[in-house]
Amino acid sequence: MGAVAMDTTLKQTWGIYQVYIGKKLVMVASGVVLVLYIFGHLAGNLQIYMGPARLNAYAAFLHSHPGPLWIARTVMLAAVGLHGWSSFLLWLEKRRARPIGYVKKDDVPASYASRTMMWSGPILGAFVVFHILHLTTGSVPGLGFRESEQEQFFAYQNVVNGFQHPAVAIAYVVAIVLLSMHLYHGLWSMFQSVGISHRRYTPLLKRAAHVVAILVAAGYISIPLCVTIGLVK
Amino acid sequence: MNLILHVWRQKNADAPGRMVRYEARDINPHMSFLEMLDVVNQGLIDKGEEPIAYDHDCHEGICGMCGFMINGVAHGPERGTTVCQLHMRHFKDGDELYLEPWRSRAFPVIKDLAVDRSAFDRIIAAGGYISVRTGNAPEAGSILVPKEKAELSMDAAACIGCGACVAMCPNGSAALFTGAKISHLGLLPQGQPERDRRAIAMVVQMTKEGFGHCTNVGECEAVCPKRIKIEVIARMHRDYLRAALVGD
Repeated sequence: MGAVAMDTTLKQTWGIYQVYIGKKLVMVASGVVLVLYIFGHLAGNLQIYMGPARLNAYAAFLHSHPGPLWIARTVMLAAVGLHGWSSFLLWLEKRRARPIGYVKKDDVPASYASRTMMWSGPILGAFVVFHILHLTTGSVPGLGFRESEQEQFFAYQNVVNGFQHPAVAIAYVVAIVLLSMHLYHGLWSMFQSVGISHRRYTPLLKRAAHVVAILVAAGYISIPLCVTIGLVK
Repeated sequence: MNLILHVWRQKNADAPGRMVRYEARDINPHMSFLEMLDVVNQGLIDKGEEPIAYDHDCHEGICGMCGFMINGVAHGPERGTTVCQLHMRHFKDGDELYLEPWRSRAFPVIKDLAVDRSAFDRIIAAGGYISVRTGNAPEAGSILVPKEKAELSMDAAACIGCGACVAMCPNGSAALFTGAKISHLGLLPQGQPERDRRAIAMVVQMTKEGFGHCTNVGECEAVCPKRIKIEVIARMHRDYLRAALVGD
């Protein structure tokens, strides 16, 4: 391969992030990490239905492996950062692309979820900060958070105490609904963004994305719901 | 039938524009939308006013020259049609219609409802072609094209470059147009030698023109007069990524 060919290939690869498709690639890669976490976190959370001992033991198990735990946290933070930063750059591009808007504009088929990704995302991000302060660091006063004592964790009690407060439970449900909307569009859109699309399976992929988004929401929302009606106490 | 029109009037590219209210009286429902505008314009000319400028050519829905927003929808409420093929029978007596030009930084307004779509020409010039040697026409059967590929390519080639996709897209993206052109050539054997170069060059040009990104909301395919599917956008993403990441 000649020097010229090498040079252009390098430039092309480097320039990927300058066109929107490159930014989308980063959004998809980070989005996959976040989606995997959402599934894993839900699987962990649902152990609340197996009783306090089980959930508390799970919390203790996670904390007994500080190395992997912090690696996972770092990867998550990087994924959130890349996802947010890329979407911010794309949002700027979008704003520049139409300096003068329409007096009247209709949205023909676009789903509400697909048009509100730029809202559901940041609001969700803000909720996650509160969520960590609430249940990881226990920094929110008045929610009955109990620190771990000698390898004994109180994740179960902390969740139940927290969701006793209607405002906390409602905020959680609202955040999960936004998450579900984000997934409703994002889970199939991510395939389209990296060019995975075919008339054979794309309609199926779309339906599967909608079903998964609803199931994830049902799983998460069931917890504050069961606490509120007293099934989990 | 009688209608009330709110039309974007703008003297030239530099002048500020505004919506102006007009009454369209005694409109024949069998008229096309553009013929209805001609009636309104004749009234304006008779009064000594400047007629409403709009782009048009074939009046058969195949050239891609016409198009503007009607009540916030590119080419109006009927699917799979251009404004020249949109007839007044699809509207009701007394309807109030807002007519606005395509809105995009890459499509500056020339006058009223007419916009400059040279940005599309520059995207084509960047790579929307195949290089062939001139001379005698080759034997017709010498390059075989599978039927399915020919059909898909033809579906993409139906794009008339009207710009409705850009106008309708909430992000002002030209992904459907560029995707259609990249797919049209990339699906055929004749398009293979320049496939990688084409994908990169056209995507880069599209970016330079200032079009927005694609969020896969599908507004473009809903208003496309040629019903081109967003499948072509995925094909463009695929071709671009392959070319940029693993192309030689």
